Amino acid sequence: MTMAAPKPSSDRSESTDAGAAPGSREFSEALLDPEAAPPAGLVGPDGKAAPKRFNVYRNNVIVSLSEALGQSFPAILSLLGEDYFNALARAFVTRHPPETPVLMWYGGAFADFLERFPPLAAYPYLADVARVEWAWLQAYHAADATPLNPAELSAVAPDKIAGVRFARHPAAAVVTSKWPVLDLVRANRFATDTADSIDLDAPQSVLVTRPDMDVGVFLLRPGGEVFLSALFEGTTLGEAAASALEKTSEFSLADCLSDCLSSGAFTAIEGY
Amino acid sequence: MTSKASPSRLTRVDAAIPARAGAGLKPEHIAEILAERADVGFFEVHAENYMGAGGPPHRQLEAIRHDYPLSLHGVGLSIGGEQPLNKAHLQRLAELNRRYEPGLFSEHLAWSTHDTAYFNDLLPVPYDDAALERVCDHVDAVQETVGRQMLLENPSTYIAFEQSTMSELDFLKQITRRTGCGLLLDVNNVHVSCTNHQQSAEDYLEDFPLHAVGEIHLGGHAPDTDDAGLPLLIDAHDREVDAAVWSLYERVVENNGPLPTLIEWDNEVPAWPVLFAQVKAAEQILARVAEPGLRRAV
Amino acid sequence: MKHKAMSAAIVAGAVATAVAGLSSTVPAHAQAKEKCYGVSLKGQNDCKAGAGTTCAGTSTVDYQGNAWTLVPKGTCVTMDVPGDRHGSLTELKRDLPKA
Repeated sequence: MTMAAPKPSSDRSESTDAGAAPGSREFSEALLDPEAAPPAGLVGPDGKAAPKRFNVYRNNVIVSLSEALGQSFPAILSLLGEDYFNALARAFVTRHPPETPVLMWYGGAFADFLERFPPLAAYPYLADVARVEWAWLQAYHAADATPLNPAELSAVAPDKIAGVRFARHPAAAVVTSKWPVLDLVRANRFATDTADSIDLDAPQSVLVTRPDMDVGVFLLRPGGEVFLSALFEGTTLGEAAASALEKTSEFSLADCLSDCLSSGAFTAIEGY
Repeated sequence: MTSKASPSRLTRVDAAIPARAGAGLKPEHIAEILAERADVGFFEVHAENYMGAGGPPHRQLEAIRHDYPLSLHGVGLSIGGEQPLNKAHLQRLAELNRRYEPGLFSEHLAWSTHDTAYFNDLLPVPYDDAALERVCDHVDAVQETVGRQMLLENPSTYIAFEQSTMSELDFLKQITRRTGCGLLLDVNNVHVSCTNHQQSAEDYLEDFPLHAVGEIHLGGHAPDTDDAGLPLLIDAHDREVDAAVWSLYERVVENNGPLPTLIEWDNEVPAWPVLFAQVKAAEQILARVAEPGLRRAV
Repeated sequence: MKHKAMSAAIVAGAVATAVAGLSSTVPAHAQAKEKCYGVSLKGQNDCKAGAGTTCAGTSTVDYQGNAWTLVPKGTCVTMDVPGDRHGSLTELKRDLPKA
């Protein structure tokens, strides 16, 4: 490596010089910018500046955070290939370092970053794939909760049922997409040995949730994403159904509700 | 719902960590460990991996805790940081201590957060009075919030601060004296740091305050060289424990007696039997120490 | 947003149909297996140094070029796309959603 060592010569021997006592600000800025010289005041055993030694820290930061991102977004890693993913992860990590020490919560901004990253404009479906993977990871770690027993709905008087509201299961999230996200995630994450072709003109929206220990990604029927999103926002069953029907005449309340109940999207009903 | 004591929680094994060898717990090994009821003294986890509300990590850890003593090892608190500790993070550590009743609880002499950015690395601390003040305040805050003694781990470092005014050992000794915290002696870190700074690991260990040590760490490192061609060891935890580290370890336990000893393997994680063999190797050394008749001539 | 509500009778009928169709599958979650530990996802937090090299994360050359000049070599460029766009997705001509 030929990176020139900074030669601060005179100021390194002056212990009162601010540059000779790098604080975490100087250290941090140099960590995320490989172009920058390592902070002054950091030395090897010979008492000289040692950029390669400082680079161990740079390496640890970038590589460990990129690896964490790759673990959280394996389908994106597979879709882009390792070399590209690592380069992309480095760009993301340096612009959006984690704001929490808990890395299972790192990467919430990755989908938006993919969407706005100009070199990836030809792959517009990547962001939604990342949104599904993010929902999957959050569902994995979400609070445990017993899903609503559908029989509870039978106890509601028929004239009250349209006013029922549903409590979202802590693991449940809807990802609405113009792209075949379920097929893309399945082929690049869960069934990577299957070589099904994917029709990019067939949009899929999904429910991601975890009724017990296994996270599931469930395909929503037409209008299901509008229906379920509305319920998660707290609208009544009747209103949610109406808004889904307004979106598409293909919407079937019985089928969609059945899917949501069987996949464990809710924990309780209330407000009737 | 998760804070409620389940029946299984009441039948957990005792929390105390025996002076045996343990292993860093990897999710990919858990099924095998539980199925074969692996004979391991204890397991250690990185606290941050269990800070989610629920899901498989907690289900799995509860199963492990049911059968084994547990050591909780934080990797992200930034005790050596210039800014105040992250209070929410400290509360999460306290909650995990309540939830799993670990026999040991440890963190690092390092920093990892500046402003809002978390770097996911154990970054070095200058050994001067200002840093000592800060670290002691932070250790006090941890022990107060969590309500128990913590162990502080000696770091692997690659670079030295010109501004340092005391040795790492003096720094650590002052911290234990002023805060009453214990130490986690990572023998691999001693070997790595001493090699990197051209110092004698034997001398370092000779002077180490062993009376304060509650746990030992062993792990593998990767060799490299620095700008001047000098050896530079990287604390990679990606291979078996080095022969030099084994012999340093042997000397420590011979001088001090058996201590809970953890094998760390975090990169290129091998199949469980490979990690288990390292645990067994440490146990053999501990057994020799416990029965002086079997002690090998050094 | 206020939508015209569906008639109560239609909603009640649909709910009844949904619940009736589910009654046989209900116990699936309720009697969750005691021994199910779910998928073992690796923990993201580790205490380890990088991959044993001092430059994997630091190459300034890569940093300059990085993802702006590299071409993805993963499955997204080899994936079969039915119809006239069979082949490389780089040729995707469909109207793209607004960035």
